[in-house]
Amino acid sequence: MKEIAISVENLTVRFGDSVVLNNINLNVFKGEILVILGGSGCGKSTLLKHMIGLYEPEKGRVIINGIDIINADENKLRELRKDIGVLFQSSALIGSMTVYENIALPLREYTGLSDDAIERLVRIKLAMVGLLGYEIYLPSELSGGMKKRAGIARAIALDPTILFFDEPSAGLDPITAAELDLLIKNINNGIGTTMVVVTHELESIFNIAHRVIMLEKEEKGIIAEGDPYILRKESKDPRVRNFFNRHIPEHLYQKT
Amino acid sequence: MSSNDFGFDIKGLAEAGLTVSLSGRLSVENFDKMLSFRGDIFSKYKPSSLVIDLKDVTYMDSAGALFLIEMEYESKKEGIPCEITNMTKEQRGLLELIDRDAYEKSFQVTKKAGLNFIEQIGHEFIKFLDDIKNIITFIGMMIIKIISSLFRLSSIRWNDVLTYMKKSGVDGLPIVGLISFLLGLIMAFMSSLQLKQFGANIYVPALVSIAMIKELGPIMTAIIVAGRTGSAFAAEIGTMKVNEEVDALIVMGFDPIKFLAVPRVFAVMFIMPFLTIFSDLFAIFGGFVVGVLGLDLTVHTYIQQTMKAIKIFDIITSLIKSVTFAVLIAGIGCHRGFEVKHSAEEVGTATTSAVVTALFIIILVDSMFAVVLSYI
Ligand SMILES: Nc1ncnc2c1ncn2[C@@H]1O[C@H](COP(=O)(O)OP(=O)(O)O)[C@@H](O)[C@H]1O
Ligand SMILES: [Mg+2]
Repeated sequence: MKEIAISVENLTVRFGDSVVLNNINLNVFKGEILVILGGSGCGKSTLLKHMIGLYEPEKGRVIINGIDIINADENKLRELRKDIGVLFQSSALIGSMTVYENIALPLREYTGLSDDAIERLVRIKLAMVGLLGYEIYLPSELSGGMKKRAGIARAIALDPTILFFDEPSAGLDPITAAELDLLIKNINNGIGTTMVVVTHELESIFNIAHRVIMLEKEEKGIIAEGDPYILRKESKDPRVRNFFNRHIPEHLYQKT
Repeated sequence: MSSNDFGFDIKGLAEAGLTVSLSGRLSVENFDKMLSFRGDIFSKYKPSSLVIDLKDVTYMDSAGALFLIEMEYESKKEGIPCEITNMTKEQRGLLELIDRDAYEKSFQVTKKAGLNFIEQIGHEFIKFLDDIKNIITFIGMMIIKIISSLFRLSSIRWNDVLTYMKKSGVDGLPIVGLISFLLGLIMAFMSSLQLKQFGANIYVPALVSIAMIKELGPIMTAIIVAGRTGSAFAAEIGTMKVNEEVDALIVMGFDPIKFLAVPRVFAVMFIMPFLTIFSDLFAIFGGFVVGVLGLDLTVHTYIQQTMKAIKIFDIITSLIKSVTFAVLIAGIGCHRGFEVKHSAEEVGTATTSAVVTALFIIILVDSMFAVVLSYI
């Protein structure tokens, strides 16, 4: 039996009157790359934000490394947060700080390392995402794809054991996106980091995912779970097969 | 040694070559220790060759990988062979993540030198002149657009005008009323302390109403509107710039000044005279309360004295003043908003500077009015 890193139990999310996610149950195992898929607006980012503990759910619990993140006290959460890295969909770099300062921020807060050591670590993180030479740039001076990469560098600054990526390769050129996939795989292999990745890129999914779950807007929950190669061939649900085979449902053609 | 530590064991002789067995965690927390260890190896031992054994390493992250790369790099610089043994496939993958050439080169980049003191002063002065030029250009351009929209009234976004009239006018009434009332109260009270000595309490109503209508009414209202509305305009438009909304408007064929600035300026132009009159009335009422309750003036006397002091000419010039202030406040607010490029921080700066610039220019223009009116 594999060890469980994150467990989501009976999670229900409601915004105002509309239920976005209904009774989600999900385990993420240590060291695996779990990919969350689904159409736009089906609640992927919402699920991710609940897994990190940013929002309080209507019902249910999220447990990371044995700690219930919704009811844990501040000290425990702080310890846990050190172990979690997050790349937000909009990168969420701090606009008033340079790229360098953005990445140094968690290192300064959590490690107490010397300035020299921090400088080396920041540079190495930038080298990993291919952004060396942009240390003194402000986020507003970067392109969308570069912001993404800077966001990734910040997320991995402390070499956390759990990483959350919300659409890491959206807006990147295919080469950079492929390099990013390699980066994700190598970090996962080399350090054994558990990863939860939201992405739409089929290529990326087949490259990196150990396991995928697919969310669906109408069902407000998970409609498929498993190995993407197997789901593509054997899923009984046409919505799932269509997604993996890039097949556009026929009724959409008839509209035109 | 605790399980979270980083350890090492050094075997062999410097001349014959060293074998360094690392153990424990090669991780971020221990990065300082690893760096000083690296320094020691090369400065103290000066080995003729180096073997790094990773057999007892329990955990390695990218900081550990960086350490190994620096060991290799340093050996290369010293011209000694360096070999890493017992490296797992995963650890090798981690090492390969790092673009060594780029990393090494990045340390050779020198930092840009800053400006010296005199250059900075010059720089700031040029910026200041530029800023004044930009504001004048913008307000001029806006006035042209306002006049041109007056010829085509249907091109004005009246719905927006009404919304902004409510936001900056109706919603601002309570604070304008309160402050003006207190101002009238204080003026009447303070002046009566002096005037009482000469038995000249009868002049309090005239003093309050003339001071309010000629100067304080328009100025107080302008200060409040600059703080409430000018700043809001800068923040709204600034945020729209950050979100590329303004770019989207341009692409869709809208003129952002006509779309965003003109309705705002119009709205403030319409409500400002009313707010000013409200401010005058509340202040006179404040004076009235003091006069009737504290100075033994009758209701009738107070009103009569006030009416005698108020001249139609003063009211009209006061309203012209307030419309001028309105254009300046709203125009500067919008201009500061448009100056934002793309960061949230700039929005904050724009908001502050919208208020400060507006206040500065209002005082300036008010003095000009005072000089001009004294000749009429
Ligand atoms: N803060 C919020 N308030 C209200 N509704 C929200 C909020 N965040 C997301 N939603 C709604 O939840 C649904 C899922 O959003 P999201 O998780 O962002 O989708 P995606 O799968 O594209 O990441 C959408 O219908 C969105 O309108
Ligand atoms: Mg999303």
